[in-house]
This record gives sequence, structure tokens and C-alpha cells, in this order.
Amino acid sequence: MGSIAAQLFSGLSRDIKSGSSLGSVNVDLQTDATLQVDISDALSERDKVKFTVHTKSTLPNFKQNEFSVVRQHEEFIWLHDSFVENEEYAGYIIPPAPPRPDFDASREKLQKLGEGEGSMTKEEFTKMKQELEAEYLAIFKKTVAMHEVFLCRVAAHPVLRKDMNFHVFLEYNQDLSVRGKNKREKMEDFFKNVVKSADGVLVAGVKDVDDFFEHEKTFLLEYHNRVKDASSKSDRMIRSHKSKSPHCLIISTCLGKFFLKVSELFEKTRKIEARVAADEDLKLADLLKYYLRESQAAKDLLYRRGRALVDYENANKALDKARAKNKDVLQAETSQQVCCQKFEKISESAKQELIDFKTRRVAAFRKNLVELAELELKHAKGNLQLLQSCVGVLKGDT
Amino acid sequence: MATSSERSPPPFPEDLEPEPDEVGDQDSDDGEDIFLGTDNPLEIKMDPSLSASDITSSTKPLSEASSPPVMDLLSEPASEASSAPMVDLLMEPASEGSSAPMVDLLMEPASEASSAPMMNLLMEPASEASSAPMMNLLMEPASDDLKEPPKPDIDPLADIINDTPLSEGKTPVAAMPQEPPSDLFDDEPSELFAEPRQSNTAKQQQTSIFDEPDEDLFSEPLGEASKKPQNDFFKEALAPVAKASNVCGPLSDNYNEQPTDIFTEEAITTLPSAVSTVSVNSKTNGVHSDEEEPDIFAEATVELSLDSPRNDRKKKEAAKPSASASAPAPSVSASASKPQPKTLEEVQYITLEEEVEDKFELNISITNPEKVGDGMNAYMAYKVSTQTTLPMFRSKTFTVRRRFSDFLGLYEKLSDKHTLNGYIVPPPPEKSIMGMTKVKVGKEDNSSAEFVERRRAALERYLQRVVFHPSLLQDPDVREFLERDDMPRAHNTQALSGAGFLKMINRATDSLSKMTIKMNESDVWFEEKLQEVEAEDQQLRKLHIMVDSLVGHRKELSVNTGGFAKSVAMLGSSEDNTALSRALSQLAEVEDKMEQLHQEQAASDSFCFAELLADYIRLLGSVRASFDQRMKTWQRWQDAQNMLQKKRETEAKLLWANKPDKLQQAKDDITEWEAKVTQYERDFDRVSATVRKEVLRFEKEKARDFKKQIIKYLESLLQSQQQLIKYWEAFLPEAKAIA
Repeated sequence: MGSIAAQLFSGLSRDIKSGSSLGSVNVDLQTDATLQVDISDALSERDKVKFTVHTKSTLPNFKQNEFSVVRQHEEFIWLHDSFVENEEYAGYIIPPAPPRPDFDASREKLQKLGEGEGSMTKEEFTKMKQELEAEYLAIFKKTVAMHEVFLCRVAAHPVLRKDMNFHVFLEYNQDLSVRGKNKREKMEDFFKNVVKSADGVLVAGVKDVDDFFEHEKTFLLEYHNRVKDASSKSDRMIRSHKSKSPHCLIISTCLGKFFLKVSELFEKTRKIEARVAADEDLKLADLLKYYLRESQAAKDLLYRRGRALVDYENANKALDKARAKNKDVLQAETSQQVCCQKFEKISESAKQELIDFKTRRVAAFRKNLVELAELELKHAKGNLQLLQSCVGVLKGDT
Repeated sequence: MATSSERSPPPFPEDLEPEPDEVGDQDSDDGEDIFLGTDNPLEIKMDPSLSASDITSSTKPLSEASSPPVMDLLSEPASEASSAPMVDLLMEPASEGSSAPMVDLLMEPASEASSAPMMNLLMEPASEASSAPMMNLLMEPASDDLKEPPKPDIDPLADIINDTPLSEGKTPVAAMPQEPPSDLFDDEPSELFAEPRQSNTAKQQQTSIFDEPDEDLFSEPLGEASKKPQNDFFKEALAPVAKASNVCGPLSDNYNEQPTDIFTEEAITTLPSAVSTVSVNSKTNGVHSDEEEPDIFAEATVELSLDSPRNDRKKKEAAKPSASASAPAPSVSASASKPQPKTLEEVQYITLEEEVEDKFELNISITNPEKVGDGMNAYMAYKVSTQTTLPMFRSKTFTVRRRFSDFLGLYEKLSDKHTLNGYIVPPPPEKSIMGMTKVKVGKEDNSSAEFVERRRAALERYLQRVVFHPSLLQDPDVREFLERDDMPRAHNTQALSGAGFLKMINRATDSLSKMTIKMNESDVWFEEKLQEVEAEDQQLRKLHIMVDSLVGHRKELSVNTGGFAKSVAMLGSSEDNTALSRALSQLAEVEDKMEQLHQEQAASDSFCFAELLADYIRLLGSVRASFDQRMKTWQRWQDAQNMLQKKRETEAKLLWANKPDKLQQAKDDITEWEAKVTQYERDFDRVSATVRKEVLRFEKEKARDFKKQIIKYLESLLQSQQQLIKYWEAFLPEAKAIA
């Protein structure tokens, strides 16, 4: 990457220091004064982002009431994985992990811009650069928001908030020295996933005893697919919406030679269009993406429950067998007991979780759709006004 | 004596301008051949000699004596006028009795001998043969007929006169272009006479006889006349073009009158020259003519443009009676009265052109594209309907059917005629083999319908541009195109025909020669404008590409929005919560409408905006072509000057080597090339002025066009935004209803 790129990124990391406390949290969370977590600051360095996690708490297990630590994306992932791996939490929807900060796209664009520097006018170049900076900033903010949402969900969860790992994550002011998974672990993960999905198909085939869960299962399977589809489509729509704007930009600079007023108009409408695209991105695409992950988490929960159910049934069978043979009855009985307990526990909490999930989802959709509509209206009206005034001016000066 | 003297000089002072008209005249009127004439002098030389010989063939004995003078005389005005006018000129005096005026004229110079240099010439041709370049012309013939005294000179004239009625009867048009010859003689004498004399009389005369050109010249650009002499000059010159064509028929007799004077003048010069001995004159010739000619023209130009038009009008009034005192009086006054309405009309054109809010008297629309025929021979025919209040058309509304190649044919004709003069001829839309083949082969699908509509709109704009151009509107081909029911099929417009190939080669050589011409630009304005045009061209091209890709992106956006709408609908259908499900299906509907909106917007992007840009990219090509034309004329002028220089050198060499037989040939060459140089210079000036005017007009038009289209475009944007607001407003309560 050229020197411009480096300069741009270093410039950005300075810009962003104060750009964190985002109001656009996607999910509806019941706020609780006893534990409040937010990301007060974030710093972009080359290929990693450092988040400053700020905690305010009255809980007795924390040494202080208010403190901050610096965390990286990998540490968030570690926290998430530790939840997933903990059997205790099998009955809960684990808040989906935040997506990896992805600046590759805008880096690539920046590189292209650097290469094309000679072929465009200075004016165009600076405008393009500004554009890219804005785009980069938007991605950055989004990333921060996603991480914040994850922490907030955990902090708001009645069980998860009491997790030790979580507390360490919040309080320990040194590097947690978590490392990314190495190749072997990744392979293991991969196999686990394959086994899990194969198992998932098996488990899904099992008829559930509970109508509620049966219904939820079919719904979630369908819903997940639909959300996935909608999210990819919306992404594409927004991408094409965004890709329009650099063209408008060049048109406006070209037009500048002819009609100052119209060029101005183009410039302004372009900005509005860009805002529309950004807002659609934020309100619609992010919502869908979040629910894509959330529904995946819910599916995982159902899988775990299904697994537990199958285990329970197997344990029952084993107990029957043992009884018939009158051998190891006690052992079979205890394992059956354990499975039963586990299943019961999961079922109980899962039911509550799924109901919560539903209400959360409806509320989130409502909030976002209303906001989307309002923003679209606002931008359209602004655009309309601009156009009207421009047409007025053009018609006026004959 | 006094009257005759008044009568004779008048024609001159004027005549510089009519000339440019003349060319235009002939263009618009009838003249391929005349056109050729302007192009290359060689052809012209042929013409006069031919006609002269024709004429003289009947007058057997004197043919030798008479033809050379005619030829020589013609050699100068050659490019502007065919020989016919000359003949007409000669005819008039004959009817009056050729000898009488001549005598008068001869007397008159004598009386004023002291003041006018011309007179000096006549008195002592031997000693001072110098001053007038025209003398050269006259000298040479004289040398040929040295042995034969003046008499033969007169005789052939008389004979010719007897013959000419025939030619006149055949072509009334021929009577028209008499001015150029007069011009030849006028310029100089006007200077010569006008200065020493009281300018008053000179001006009076000039106005009285040349009232038509006068009116044109001064009536329109009243205010401007004094500011920019050069420029005006040619602006005015343009105006008569239109007018002259109107005038030609009814006023031919009027023109016949004028020449009498011209001729008399000419007669004066021929006679003395014949008398004078050649030997003395020959040496001074070259030098003098060289210096004098340009001077004279320059002065004449200045003088004319400085004349205040008001004065002229008054003087014209005063002059009328005086004119009527002499023989040609009635016809002159008739001509004075007739042109009046014509001029009014002309003023209208000018205002039409100058005011931006025009009262458009001509409305053209193209409708009903219809496929005619089948297979590869199929073509689209368009209905061209015209609504007009212009008197030049036969009726107020008429409709014709034209096919695309007819439009191309019209353009070919127009550009052949007008590009040479520096006009910007609006180009038609390009041939599109791809698009047309699709239409020919394809069924009625979306893209071919769009193609036809796009082409129809482009053709309409093209025709409107043509008729909006005041000079092109006057072109008979345009009228024919609009009015005539059965149009002969235009040839050579096929993209892949042999003619097309030839055209391509021509274009290639043109661009090659363009590169080789290094013009040292004397006029900063042109230099700047050319650069401006080129920069603009580039900008427009870039803009066009961008708008195209914008259209592409909008289409993509529309498709993607459609896809999203569908998947949202699916999501809605699988949603548990009924209110949310409802809201989602509403959202799907909104997105569906947005898809439509984006599609419409993409269409208006390309129709309003991209097409406008494409049009102007083509138009800028024409603008550049007119700049190139100016450069070519300049090049021709320079070449002629170089040639003249060479001829002079050879003459000097010959003189030094003392070879009298070849010397004569050299002198002939020199006079010929001198004439050409002047001619080309004038051509260049004329083309420059036309180009300048055309470019200004083009810019005005462009600004207006852009404004109109952009407003239209913005309005379409406005509408789609309004729609958008409506859709989202409808959606908002649905979103809020989710509980």
C-alpha cells in the first residue's frame, strides 16, 4: 500500500478516538444500573482495532465502581467461545459474537485510488479520498457498535453477566494473552462443526415432545434461511446504491464546468444519496445481519436441546436395557437422571429464552423499520427541497 | 456632364459586400457549378472561357479580339460569378446605344482629371500606368489587340450584347449575380473618386443604386455598425444571402439596370487601356498592384462600415430623384420599393436568431415510427409533421414520411453546401447497425422499442436544430425535405457502401492534412475558442461515460431492489408475529415500488441527460469541422500567396534574362494569382466571420438547450423523490403499528 494509504489510515485513527459512543444499538436491551458496559474509545492500528471497554458497576465482585480496559477483537471472540463451551449455558441463547473488523474492501479501494492518482484531477482525487475516509469511518463505527452490542447483551443477561470470564474480561487490565486459534484447533473446530451439523440433521429429524419447541424449530429453520437471503440481497442493494455515488461525484465535477448551480446540486444530492445508503445499511442490513447471527444462536440452542433430548432418550433406553439385564442399573439410572435433569433445565431456560428472543426481535424490527422510514422520509424531503430550489433558480434566471 | 459624372462612379464604393453575398446566393439558389467555381479557380477559368466563346461564336470576325478581354475581366471575379452576369452587364449599354454613355464617361473623367488618379491614368496611361491593378487586366488584352484600335473592342461588345438576350431569357438567375464584376471595378474607382470629390455625392450614388444591399447592411445591425467594422461586415453579408434568393426572381430587371453604370465604368477603362501602349506599363504592373490591391479593399471596408446608416437612409431618399433623372431611373426606384418588405422579413429572421425567447414559427415533430418491409430490407419510416406560419412554405401544416437514410441524405447535402462556408451544420444521429439489425430481426421486444424511440427523439432534435438555424432554413433542400411528398431515395448513406468507404478515406486524408497545417493564428479569439471547444469536448465525453455508467448502476440498483423486495416478502410470510409480518410485506411493497422508481429514473437519466450529451458531442464535432474549414481556407490563401511569390520571382528572372515572350506568360500568371490571393483572402475573412458568428450562435443555443434539458431532468428527479416520500409515508404507520 502506498504512502497515501498509510497517511490516510494514521490520520483516521486519530479522527476516530472520539467516535465510539454510538446510539444506534440494534437490539433492545433492558438497561440495568448495576452493570453498565460500553466502549468509550477505539483505536485503529494497521490491521487491528483496540477497543477501550468502560465499565460502571455496583456489583460487589468488582474492586472499583468504574474502570476501563483495552481489548482486542480476539478477546471478544475468546469470551464468546468460553460461553459456548460452557455446559452451564447450554440452555441459553449465547449472544452472537461480533463480526471481524473488515477493512479489506476500503483498503483495496484506497490502493486503487493511489494507483489512479495520476489519471484524475486533484479536485477529484481529494473528493474521492474524502469519500473513502468517510466509508472507512462508517465501517469502523459499525465494528465498534457490534462489539458494544455483544458486551451489552452479555451484561444484560441475568446469568451470563455473572460469568467469571466476563468479569475477568472487564476488569483485568493486562493483556489477556489470548491467541488466535492455530491451525490444528481450526481443523478441530471445522470437524466439530461438520459433526454438529450432521448431528443437527439427525436431531432435527426427531419429533419433539413439546409443541412449542417443535413450532419454534421449524420457524427458526425457515426464518434463518429467509433472513440470510434478505440480508445478502439488502447488502447487494446497498452496495449498488453506494457505487452510484462516485459516479455522481465525477458527474458533478464535470458539470461544474457548465453549470455551477447544477453541479452543486449534484454534489448535495449525492451526499444525501450516500446518507440514504448508509442509513439503509445501518437500519436494515445490520438489523438483518444481526438477526441472522441471533437466529443462528437460537438454532444452536435448539440443537443443544435436541441433543440433550436425544441423550435423554438414549439414557432411558440404556436404563431399560440395564434393568432388563439387571446389570449396572445404578449407573444407568444416574446417567439417565443427569440427562433428564439437563434436558429439563435446557428446556426450561430455552423456552424463556426463545420467548425473549421473539419479543426482542419484534421490538428491534419495529424500532429499526420506523427509524428507517423516518430517515428515508427525511432524506427524500431534503432532496426534494434541494431539487425544487435548484429548478427554481434555473427557471428564474433566464 | 455633371449628371453623367454622377451616374458613373456610384456603383463602386459599395460593392465589397455584395460579393460575399453572391457566393452565398448562388449556393442557396442553384448552384453546384458555381460552387465548384469557388472551390477551384481552374474550373472557373473554364467556365468563362467557354461561355465567352459561346457568345462570340456568333460574332465571327471579332471573336479573337473580344474573348480575351472578357476572360481577363472574369479572371478576377471568376470565383464569385459565372460569365453570364458579365454578359448581362454588357447587354444593357447596348440597348441604350453603347457608344453614347461611353463617350460621356470619357468626357467626364477628362473634366475631373486633376483630382482623380484614375483620370490620370486615362490621360497619361503610359507614364503612370501604375495605380490600378485592374489596369493590368485591361492592359493585357490590349496588348493582344494592339494592332486593332479601340474600335474592335467596342464591336465585340455590341455583338455579344446582341447574343446575350438569349442567355438572359433562359436563366433569370443569371441576371442576378452582376454585382461581382462591378465589384472588381467598383472598389478601386470608388476610392479614387470618392476621396477627392465631395464624399456626399459619392455616397448618394452608392445608396441610390445599391439600395438593396444597403438596406440589408445597415438596417439590421444599426448599433453595431460602428463598433466592429470587420465583424459586422460579414454578418451583414450573411443576411443578404437569404434575401437575395428571395429577390432574385422579381427583381432581375432591377439588377439589369445597375450594370449599366458598371459597364460604363468598365468601358472607360477598356478603351484607354487599349489605346495605351503596353510596353511602358508592363514593368510597373507587378509592384503596384501588389501594394495597392489590399489597401484599396481595406479602405473600402472601413469606409463603408463607418458610414452611419441613418445618413445613408436620408441620402438614399435624396438620391432617388437624382437617379430617376437618368435613364435607368424607374427600375431603380422600383427596386428601392420592392426590397422593403423583404428586408423586414429578414429582420425577423435575425431577431429570431438573436432573441432567445423566440416566437417559433416552425414546429416540427416526428411521430409514428413504423417498420416498413421485412427482413434485412426492412426500415423504419417516421412521420415528419410541420406546422408553420412562415410564408416560404406552401401551406401551414403538412406531413411527409421519411426514412432514416433520408435524414442522413439531408445532412450530406447540407454539409456539402454549408460546411465550406464555415457554417455549423447539425449532425444527425449516428447510424447504428447493431440497433437497427435488432429492430429488423427482433420481435417487438423492449430494447428495440427503446431504440426506435430514442432514435425518433434524436431525429426530432436534429431536424429542429436544422430549421432553427436561420441560414439552413433557407436551404431549398430543407424545404424539399419537409414538403415534398415523394423524396428520391438518398444514396451513399449506407455505412458499408463504397461511397461510405470513400468518405472514410476522405476523412482520413482530411485529418492528416489538418495535422500538417501549422496555422499561426492571428486572431486570439479563434485560438481561445478552439481550445475551449476541445476542452469542452473532452469534458462532455467524460461526462457522457459517467452518465452512462450511472444509468447502468441505477438499473442494477433497480434489479437488486427488486430482489430484496422479494426476499423481504418471503421473510414476512414466515414471520410469526402478525404485525411484524404485515409490516414486512408492506416493506416489500415499498421496495417493489422503489424498483419501479429506479427504473424510471434510469430511463430519464439516459433520455434527458445522456442523449443531450451525445447530441452535443456530435455537435461539437461539427463546430470543430467549421474551425477546420476556416483553417483550410487560410491554408489556401497562404498557398496562393506563396505561389504568387514564386511567379513574381520567375518574372523577375525572366525580366533579367530579357525574354519578352515568356514574360507575358509570367505576367498573366501573376495577375491570375494576385486575383486568387485577394479572392482567397476575402474567402478567409468571410469564413472567419461566419465561423465566429456561428460559434456564438451555437453557444447561445447550447446554453439554452442544456438549461431546458437539465430542468427537465431535475423535474423528473423531483417527481421520483415525491413518489418516494409518498411511499415511505404510507409505510411509516405500518412500522409503528408493530407491537
